[in-house]
Amino acid sequence: MSELTKRERMQILRQEMPTQDPLVRRANFNEVALGFTEELARQEAERCLQCARPQCVEGCPVGVLIPEFIQALREGDMVGAVKAMKVKNSLPAICGRVCPQEVQCEATCVLAKKGEPVAIGRLERFVGDYELAQRTCPLEGGEQTGKQVAIVGSGPAGLTCAVDVARQGHKVTIFESLHSPGGVLVYGIPEFRLPKSVVHGEIDYAAECLGIEICTDHVIGRIFTLDELLEEYDAVFLGTGAGLPSFLRIPGINYNGVMSANEFLTRVNLMKGYRFPEYDTPVKVGKKVAVIGAGNVAMDSARCSLRLQSLQADDGDDGSEVHIVYRRSRKEVPARAEEFHHAEEEGVIFDFLTNPVEILGDDTGCVRGMRCIRMELGELDKSGRRRPIPIEGSEFEMEVDSVIMALGTSPNPLVFVDAEGLKRSKWGTVVADEDTGRTTMPRVWAGGDVVTGAATVVSAMGAGKQSADEINRFLQGEIDPW
Amino acid sequence: MYEILQKEILSDVNKLMIVAAPAVARKARAGQFVIVRVDEHGERIPLTIADYDREEGTITIIFQEVGKTTMHLGTLEPGDELATFGGPLGPPTGVEDYGAVVCVGGGVGIAPLYPIARALKQAGNTVISIIGARTKDLLFWEDRMQAVSDEMIVCTDDGSYGRKALVTEPLKELLEQRDGEITRVWAIGPAIMMKFTALTTKPYEVPTIVSLNTIMIDGTGMCGGCRVLLEEGAQFVCVDGPEFDGHKVDWDNLLARQAFYKEEERLAVEAWDHKCRLEGALEEEGA
Repeated sequence: MSELTKRERMQILRQEMPTQDPLVRRANFNEVALGFTEELARQEAERCLQCARPQCVEGCPVGVLIPEFIQALREGDMVGAVKAMKVKNSLPAICGRVCPQEVQCEATCVLAKKGEPVAIGRLERFVGDYELAQRTCPLEGGEQTGKQVAIVGSGPAGLTCAVDVARQGHKVTIFESLHSPGGVLVYGIPEFRLPKSVVHGEIDYAAECLGIEICTDHVIGRIFTLDELLEEYDAVFLGTGAGLPSFLRIPGINYNGVMSANEFLTRVNLMKGYRFPEYDTPVKVGKKVAVIGAGNVAMDSARCSLRLQSLQADDGDDGSEVHIVYRRSRKEVPARAEEFHHAEEEGVIFDFLTNPVEILGDDTGCVRGMRCIRMELGELDKSGRRRPIPIEGSEFEMEVDSVIMALGTSPNPLVFVDAEGLKRSKWGTVVADEDTGRTTMPRVWAGGDVVTGAATVVSAMGAGKQSADEINRFLQGEIDPW
Repeated sequence: MYEILQKEILSDVNKLMIVAAPAVARKARAGQFVIVRVDEHGERIPLTIADYDREEGTITIIFQEVGKTTMHLGTLEPGDELATFGGPLGPPTGVEDYGAVVCVGGGVGIAPLYPIARALKQAGNTVISIIGARTKDLLFWEDRMQAVSDEMIVCTDDGSYGRKALVTEPLKELLEQRDGEITRVWAIGPAIMMKFTALTTKPYEVPTIVSLNTIMIDGTGMCGGCRVLLEEGAQFVCVDGPEFDGHKVDWDNLLARQAFYKEEERLAVEAWDHKCRLEGALEEEGA
């Protein structure tokens, strides 16, 4: 293709991502978004205007060299695209799938002002998938420094920090409490959104290239305390996430069939419960499921429920339903637009302005229903959203046999056993410097959900990266912040 | 991977294994548990630590074959490896000198009771132990319990060994005879046994600590599947327990929750039996 003019580039339509048909995909766990073909990717790459001062990069929490990788992509230089990508992002196949690009790089893309932004996320995924399959530019660690760093938690924050520290030649050991590395990427995000082969592929590739050791089944706080890690390692990064589930404080939460989204998703994703009995862990979903909450985790839970119902039904439609019960309205739904859209497309029923007040059980101790109350929206609250207020006398019963609570999570305090010097907030999060992740405990940094409370994969990656920068400077003796 | 170093068959269904896990053994204390996963397709199950040897770097587990996972585990031999052996989890037992304590162990619950009784004895307590099982073949570690107890009562439901009684009978007699002397009771065993032990001690207002074994996945507070209802609300067995005040536990809710996956457990056992028979048949054919 000869060089296009700016006007010509702006006339190219944003390329649609091929996806599985909603009615087909709601009955399987295969990936929903199928990925760009090379042709679609090249076509989409042609839309980039190669701005002199690219705003997209400003919108990226890890500062990916977006114009550079897109330029290489449209020249057909895949290796160049991978190289440009990896300067800032070591896990593109993951980011390309789960980053909320619509509020980050794509929101600040100059084309977004007049129409549709460049599909940066889809291009990123294309480059990431290419590299996972081809392994053209392995990450390289610098000369061995003899310094050792412990990373606690192998989710997005820990992984990113591990890679960036190891690239400077420091010896990195990751401690993971579960049996498989990846944190929320493996226990939380479902296969149909982020295939586990992609997560394991990215982690294995990076760990092999950089000699990162991963110790699974290691619950820090129990097997080693933070103090013990500090005796062995020159620096410690805490990326333990927000793993503790919240339950509504209403009667009936311990009936059989009521579970946290964490439990439900862990059974499905980490333990592969949807393949029971081939895998040993069962997962049960009723014919009428209510998911409480409307964040990304709620969407994931609802969409997994639909799929399990389809797998359980012998043939076709057996009248099963999945509801999302949310106390605010459609406008306030906190999930990513795309996830919300996918859930609706697949047939999830949304009950807005509805709040459960009691879970009802039968005489065998199983859930049979939920008493709810209708809500209306009042004045703006501290979060800037309109406060939901119960409408008196509007209570009603909803027949359900599964209740999944997706109400947010908070940091797991286990890691803080015997870590008195580490200051934490009243919400249980670690107090850390916003720009560097430096904590109140010498030689300890923290980032991701353990600092911010439940947030996004990419913000955790950004935090891991910032901490890695400062850990590297500290290990080189450039700074001593304490 | 975690190597099985030794195996001992305690009865048809109760087996003991000593597993190499140096880092776990270094920290293990009475009352804690490990999460075990047999292989890559396996589920994660909690097993209470029956013993540990810091120098050898080993943990002893004892399990009863009640479902697919424990049956599968029971087929493994020394030299085989476990996919997951994570721990030590849960807060350890609070051990101090309480005076005279009774340790009640039922069936496979005798295993986790042993290190607690030992620690209590070492702390200066007078330890009276009551161990029981359905029948003689299901009893084990009588000698070990004897060695850490000042007094010992053994009973079986069917009278095939020791006294023919449920563990609650001698317990009630003790509480009657030594009213005010016994300051604390530990009870570990099937949920139904712990429930009735707690009911037995309640009128005497003797604090009764039970060690709950609920369904868990991670064992670190992440899933909440293990939650138990106490008077003060729901708590997690994995991080708030596994030991609780037996007088505050909602036992009926606990028993109902334990039965939630009964049908799936049955299916898993069926599939496992089928696989074992198939393999057995193939072996015979090959021979």
